[in-house]
Amino acid sequence: MFDTHQTTSGAVTIRDLSKSFHLDGAPLTVLRHLDLDIPAGQSLAIVGASGSGKTTLLRILAGLEEPDSGDVLIDDFPVRGLGRDRSVIFQEPRLIPWLNVLRNVAFGLEVQGVARTEAETRARRYLRLVGLTEFESALPRQLSGGMAQRVGIARALTVQPEILLLDEPLGALDAMTKLAMQKELSRIWAEERVTMVLVTHDLEEAIFLADRVMVLPREKGGTPKLMDIDLTRPRDRSDREFVRVRQQLMSEFGLH
Amino acid sequence: MTYDILTPAERAGAQSAAPASRWRQRAQGLLADYGLVLGFFAGWQIASMAGWLNPAVFPAPDRVVAALWNGLSSGALVDDIVISLQRAGIAFLAAVALGIPLGLLMGQMRPLERALDPILQLFRQTSALALYPVFILIFGLGEGSKVFVIFWATLFPILLATIGGVKEVDLKLVEMAHSFGASQLTIFRRVILPASVPPIFVGLRLSATTALLLLIAAEMIGANKGVGFQVMNAQYNFQIPLMFAAIFLLATLGLAANWVLVQLQRRLCSWSLDPR
Ligand SMILES: Nc1ncnc2c1ncn2[C@@H]1O[C@H](COP(=O)(O)OP(=O)(O)OP(=O)(O)O)[C@@H](O)[C@H]1O
Ligand SMILES: [Mg+2]
Repeated sequence: MFDTHQTTSGAVTIRDLSKSFHLDGAPLTVLRHLDLDIPAGQSLAIVGASGSGKTTLLRILAGLEEPDSGDVLIDDFPVRGLGRDRSVIFQEPRLIPWLNVLRNVAFGLEVQGVARTEAETRARRYLRLVGLTEFESALPRQLSGGMAQRVGIARALTVQPEILLLDEPLGALDAMTKLAMQKELSRIWAEERVTMVLVTHDLEEAIFLADRVMVLPREKGGTPKLMDIDLTRPRDRSDREFVRVRQQLMSEFGLH
Repeated sequence: MTYDILTPAERAGAQSAAPASRWRQRAQGLLADYGLVLGFFAGWQIASMAGWLNPAVFPAPDRVVAALWNGLSSGALVDDIVISLQRAGIAFLAAVALGIPLGLLMGQMRPLERALDPILQLFRQTSALALYPVFILIFGLGEGSKVFVIFWATLFPILLATIGGVKEVDLKLVEMAHSFGASQLTIFRRVILPASVPPIFVGLRLSATTALLLLIAAEMIGANKGVGFQVMNAQYNFQIPLMFAAIFLLATLGLAANWVLVQLQRRLCSWSLDPR
């Protein structure tokens, strides 16, 4: 299983993107003239200090936030606002507490106008993919944190996006669950052939999952650095190459 | 008024046990929950029989029960119950019919809420009983003013609970729905409305209690029928057991209304009820 991950749609192009906020009247530039290309089917990890603008960038890609200037293009078409070609996985699972697992997974399709039975049939497929078939009639409060996050992932996949946007999806999980979920994400990404943009605080997670890592600089609005991860998949954390890449990444970005 | 979602009996019923000891546990549970109430009535009965209580003020419970039975079997009290339920029921339903839609609207529209809030606060802080004479001037001393004063008092808990419920909906859920491309109407139908049901029920239960309170007050002034009227009337005529019977009926009405709402609540929003 090498990089045979070729898809035709879901390429993201970011051109000259800028975004600032106002904090107590003073402007705060978060992203300045950012350019970035993500080929279709690639997985890109975004790391960087807290407050460096990772979530902001992801929200702009999702269409939940408007940039001040610049363009986001998907497959060479400029996009504004939300689109069915993208779905977001937030840091919290954001499950609807009164719907059972199956209906939560079907929720995205249902609000897009797909009939309930059809939506549930398609939802079951993704429930199987995240390994929660037996829990389809459980309520969200009966799930563990990792299970809930898996339901959120299934819900995002059910609408069959070309681009999956993840904002620290595993940040709230314990170490063991996190490792298992990273494997799962890697498998899902390979199976579903989506473009993946993953915001994370965890360098190892970035190396484990991504084709490329982007580090947003500490000083706001500076130029981000990019590094290719040329490791074969599936990746092994204890592998000598893995450790070497990790060290390289850390020193190259002045992280130690 | 208690904000407790489950009554003690429900909580006791929720505990499961082995079949053998279930009955014993249940009896113990009932005793723990209602023992004090039973003890109170038993003490009252004993004190009456021993002659420690003045029967002109506190008749023995058995005499109250007898008066209640007489009133019910002769149909006299039944008429009172029907008319009282009618008054409170119409007023309560009208308050629900206006309060919930208006609250849903106000919770979502900041400008509307800002415009209406000061006058709402003013009305809310003015006791409905203080306004009763005004309502009598407007609607006369008949049914109109009675129903209206109950409606007035029950409207505010429902309205405010609904507004609060809508405003407290988890914005993260709203954003999640939005991110899937849900329309405003879909977000309202699929997220905001269901999420507001539990807080609306808090308002409904508060309103039901208020409705009975105002019912009694309204029936004590210028009525010739109704359970509240019977309390006053029996007292005038020194029918003290009947007076207590009517008081007992009022308490029962309150409990019954709460029970109905609890059942409805369990149907509509069980997800918010049972603890994890
Ligand atoms: N809605 C907003 N209004 C004002 N300032 C904002 C807003 N959203 C983000 N910011 C500011 O933009 C900066 C970047 O925020 P962002 O959430 O993108 O950081 P992040 O890299 O995701 O951080 P973390 O790793 O802590 O999640 C922060 O300084 C934050 O204060
Ligand atoms: Mg963030």
